[in-house]
Amino acid sequence: MIELLWWVFAALAIGGGIAMLMSRTPVASLLFLVLTFFSLSAIYVLLGAYFIAALQVIVYAGAIMVLFLFTIMLLNLGHDYRNDLRGAGWIIVAFTAAGVGAWAVSRAFGLEGALVDRGGAERIDAAVTELNAVGAIAMPLFRDYIVPFELTSILLLVAIIGAVLLAKRRV
Amino acid sequence: MITQSLWLSAILFSLGVAGVVFRRNAIILFMCVELMLNAVNLAFVAISRSVGIDGQIFVFFVMAVAAAEAAVGLAIVISVFRHTESVDTRDFNLLRW
Repeated sequence: MIELLWWVFAALAIGGGIAMLMSRTPVASLLFLVLTFFSLSAIYVLLGAYFIAALQVIVYAGAIMVLFLFTIMLLNLGHDYRNDLRGAGWIIVAFTAAGVGAWAVSRAFGLEGALVDRGGAERIDAAVTELNAVGAIAMPLFRDYIVPFELTSILLLVAIIGAVLLAKRRV
Repeated sequence: MITQSLWLSAILFSLGVAGVVFRRNAIILFMCVELMLNAVNLAFVAISRSVGIDGQIFVFFVMAVAAAEAAVGLAIVISVFRHTESVDTRDFNLLRW
């Protein structure tokens, strides 16, 4: 059952990605991207990463996509657009290059079952049953990764100030 | 399922790369970058099934960086749109001399 659901959501994710690339208006692109993000969230649930799945829906499918939608509507790009795809030759070249790149990366990292199973799934499941889905992430996050976590908050503060300064008409 | 997830991640990443190559709309270019970041997140989650919870913590950091990138990038798009009245990369020649 999990395998079947995985394949369904993987197909939805890839289909959403392709439709995002091929749709003409930015709003349609955005909605297909939201479909891809929701499918990825479902795949995270199937992989046992419950907190990451919730974060995916809240941060990506919620916040970031709404930011994109506001920008598109602010700039009034929904209609009266020029065709922005390059020619068919470019599309073929792009997909070929990307496919060859993906193949080369997958060979280089040995995706064919070379990944050694160090019992991560069992440890994660044990941590989730003991500390629940949030605690399983929060314990190592606030114990081992506290400095990167604080740096993340500084990064977000700088990004907020930078975005306000850039988008303001007169500083 | 880890191996299939890594393959799905590679496919989504290559879709993002292809989009950056053949679209000209700056906002859609940003969406393709987001798709690439999501592919990396999927790879982290899949590998965390093998090596432990650390992969999921890296996903947390990637999401924070992606949010910052989207905010600043879209602000730059708005700022450029004020100059050129367009988000088409054919009309951008701010850095050309």
